[in-house]
Amino acid sequence: MATKKFMYLNRKAPYGTVYALESLEVVLIAAAFEQDVSLAFIDDGVYQIVEGQNPEGIGMKNFSKTYHALGDYDIKQLFVSAESLEERGLSIDDLMPLVWEDEDEDWAEKPSIQVVSNAELTKLMSDQDVCLSF
Amino acid sequence: MLHTVNKSSFERNSLQSCLNTIDDSSVILLIEDGVISAAKNTKSPMLADLAAQGRVFALQGDVEARGISSKVADNIKLVDYAGFVDLVVEHGTAVSWL
Repeated sequence: MATKKFMYLNRKAPYGTVYALESLEVVLIAAAFEQDVSLAFIDDGVYQIVEGQNPEGIGMKNFSKTYHALGDYDIKQLFVSAESLEERGLSIDDLMPLVWEDEDEDWAEKPSIQVVSNAELTKLMSDQDVCLSF
Repeated sequence: MLHTVNKSSFERNSLQSCLNTIDDSSVILLIEDGVISAAKNTKSPMLADLAAQGRVFALQGDVEARGISSKVADNIKLVDYAGFVDLVVEHGTAVSWL
């Protein structure tokens, strides 16, 4: 099967709506078909990967742990909008330390998150075969 | 009156509409994605004024779910579900800004 470049655009905060969870499900499906998958977090989507989520009090499942599994599915590129973080008073230090393991370097852990400008995101999006927005 | 807001102010104008029509004795409770507006640096001077008067609340479970407990502005009071009920009892008519 031909490999295509898929980018998933995540724009919604988790828990209030089902978009974040649904996106994650579809991301894992595409990765299982060995496609070239990357994720972008923009607008309130940046809250999906904030460290320290605890939805116990609202009776929901903490699916933020699943983002840690993305590296095992060979998803190494998580782009985060610098502008979206800044508007919300957040920085990369507020995000989960997500990593992937590099087979060629004795499985060394490398950071998956890259903070990029919206201009850089524009360019990344134009390189894709498919962009799916959630 | 009690006004509840359940949308992020980055996403919808629900909070702004609420602020535009609120009277001097009403209070605001931020719930669900509305708690995102309780974080510092979300740039709503009017919400900050109301918070300084002790008239802004946020639902603790929703704040904790989103991992923003340490980001909540100082004057915004966190309440649990029992506190939500108390606010309803105390302030009578409730308006939901969806």
